[in-house]
Amino acid sequence: MATQTDDPRIIEFDVRTDEMLVNMGPQHPSTHGVLRLVLRTDGEIVSEATPHIGYLHRCAEKIGENLTPRQWIPYTDRMDYLAGMNMNLGWSLAVEKLMNLELPEKARHLRVLIAEMNRIASHLVGMGAYGLDLGTFSPFLYAFREREKILDLFEEVCGARLTYSYITVGGATADLPPGWLQKCEAFLDQLRPVIDEYHALLTTNAIFVRRTAGIGVLSAEKAIDYGCTGPVLRGSGVDYDLRRDGEQRYTEMYDGYAFEVIVERDGHYPKDHDYPPVPKTAVLGDCWHRFYVRMLEVMQAMDLVRQAIDRYSMCSGDWGTPVKLTEKLPKGDAYMETECPRGQMGFYIVSNGGSIPLRARARSSSFCNLSVTYDLCRGCLIADVPAIVGSLDIVMGEIDR
Amino acid sequence: MSGHEFVDRLKKQFGDAITTVNLEAIDPWIEVKPEGLLALCRYLRDEPDLRFNMLNCISGVDYFEPDEKKAAKAGFEPHIEVVYHLSSIVHKTTLVLKVMLPRWKDDQPGNLPEVPSVSSIWSTADWHEPETFDLMGVHFSDHPDLRRILCPEDWVGHALRKDYEMPLEYHGIRGR
Repeated sequence: MATQTDDPRIIEFDVRTDEMLVNMGPQHPSTHGVLRLVLRTDGEIVSEATPHIGYLHRCAEKIGENLTPRQWIPYTDRMDYLAGMNMNLGWSLAVEKLMNLELPEKARHLRVLIAEMNRIASHLVGMGAYGLDLGTFSPFLYAFREREKILDLFEEVCGARLTYSYITVGGATADLPPGWLQKCEAFLDQLRPVIDEYHALLTTNAIFVRRTAGIGVLSAEKAIDYGCTGPVLRGSGVDYDLRRDGEQRYTEMYDGYAFEVIVERDGHYPKDHDYPPVPKTAVLGDCWHRFYVRMLEVMQAMDLVRQAIDRYSMCSGDWGTPVKLTEKLPKGDAYMETECPRGQMGFYIVSNGGSIPLRARARSSSFCNLSVTYDLCRGCLIADVPAIVGSLDIVMGEIDR
Repeated sequence: MSGHEFVDRLKKQFGDAITTVNLEAIDPWIEVKPEGLLALCRYLRDEPDLRFNMLNCISGVDYFEPDEKKAAKAGFEPHIEVVYHLSSIVHKTTLVLKVMLPRWKDDQPGNLPEVPSVSSIWSTADWHEPETFDLMGVHFSDHPDLRRILCPEDWVGHALRKDYEMPLEYHGIRGR
């Protein structure tokens, strides 16, 4: 509340103002889909921001109770539609955990390769759209130019550009087409210099830094308390990444891969000598750090893809045979979380022995990340609201399911 | 600490509140009475060597077979389970708690079963509990803002109940 007169943002003191309710969304361009925020404002200062969700609710969980796990795969695509491959992977792993299915080595490397490629694509959108939120249009175009190339690669793999249904229970629906790995490597070579352009356009841009550094600071304790995960959690300085700390079934996919969790330690990010330094005004846990973690994760994902290409091409044999569409499930329940671009996406499957599960539950990462908005936006300026919500990088399809 | 030691420790502390333990399941779980839930959760979060500081997910599961012919073979008594998936960021461990509830309180259809809210322990529950209330019809007592979070406020029924019937009409929009 802007009632203290020593608040530096207040320049006039004798103006009497009433609190006003401002409705932002559900069609506001910077709310990343159909999110509605009701802001209680006192002049320019927001005293309360209440998110209202549910505009994209499609009963995905109810549908999951009426389909076999493999039939539900296309519905997982439509949750986080910017990272369909990671969603497919999460659900497949949960079902495989229930069925106690072991995968051939080649399938594991194939999955790492595809999932990390999708992470790059997803973070590029996150970065471009964040630029849009803050009023700069060009990074969006630069980001989409590169993302388009990843979508082209994915189209060659599975025929779809957004809703892939490629990774499935038991492996993947097909092997990579011949010559694809070379194309993928050529893409990575060409992406590397472009990353420096992104840093020039956004990360070190003085206006961008002023709009994000020190804004929307989320402490590590609060992030954990609210169940924030992924770049939001690591942007607050918590060293936790399921690819290293998760369940064995998931971490063994990354066995032998060299990667460091992207998190700030003593004021430095891992291998940060190549990248622009952290600006002096930035505070750990602010919008700038969340954004920066995503940018570094693009580099990390590129590294992982290269390693996966090497390993994959050394494997011979099977890429994994998908289970039958109506495969019987054993009795029991299994919960599995994976590290998706937006955080930890969890799937919970309960079965009573039939081929259709009794319950299919999706724990959405954006859902938890968005729930801190109320806390983060208290006392910020109206113009900071898009900056804060954008830095959480939410996808409404995943929140409303 | 092995699973058995851990369970013994909890049983010593909470006694009857812990009713069933299944360490052989894919994700080993502990069943706790609704009355003992809050004390157990606070203990799990605050003990220095446990520190389950993150609540990953709250899910409601409706064990019910609407088809009477199949119900005899279903292998379970009709009930609702609320499942809490916890993890510790400090110790990198996970834990599953389950609370069994009747489908309706006092067997009165329409009377939602009740379980204490854990939102005072983990803020994640601020949104997860309204979601479970909205879709599964479980009342979380003492939750500060228990409202329909995904469905419209005037929606009738709880969609994830197995005997839920889709409305024929909603504000002039045809349903089935």
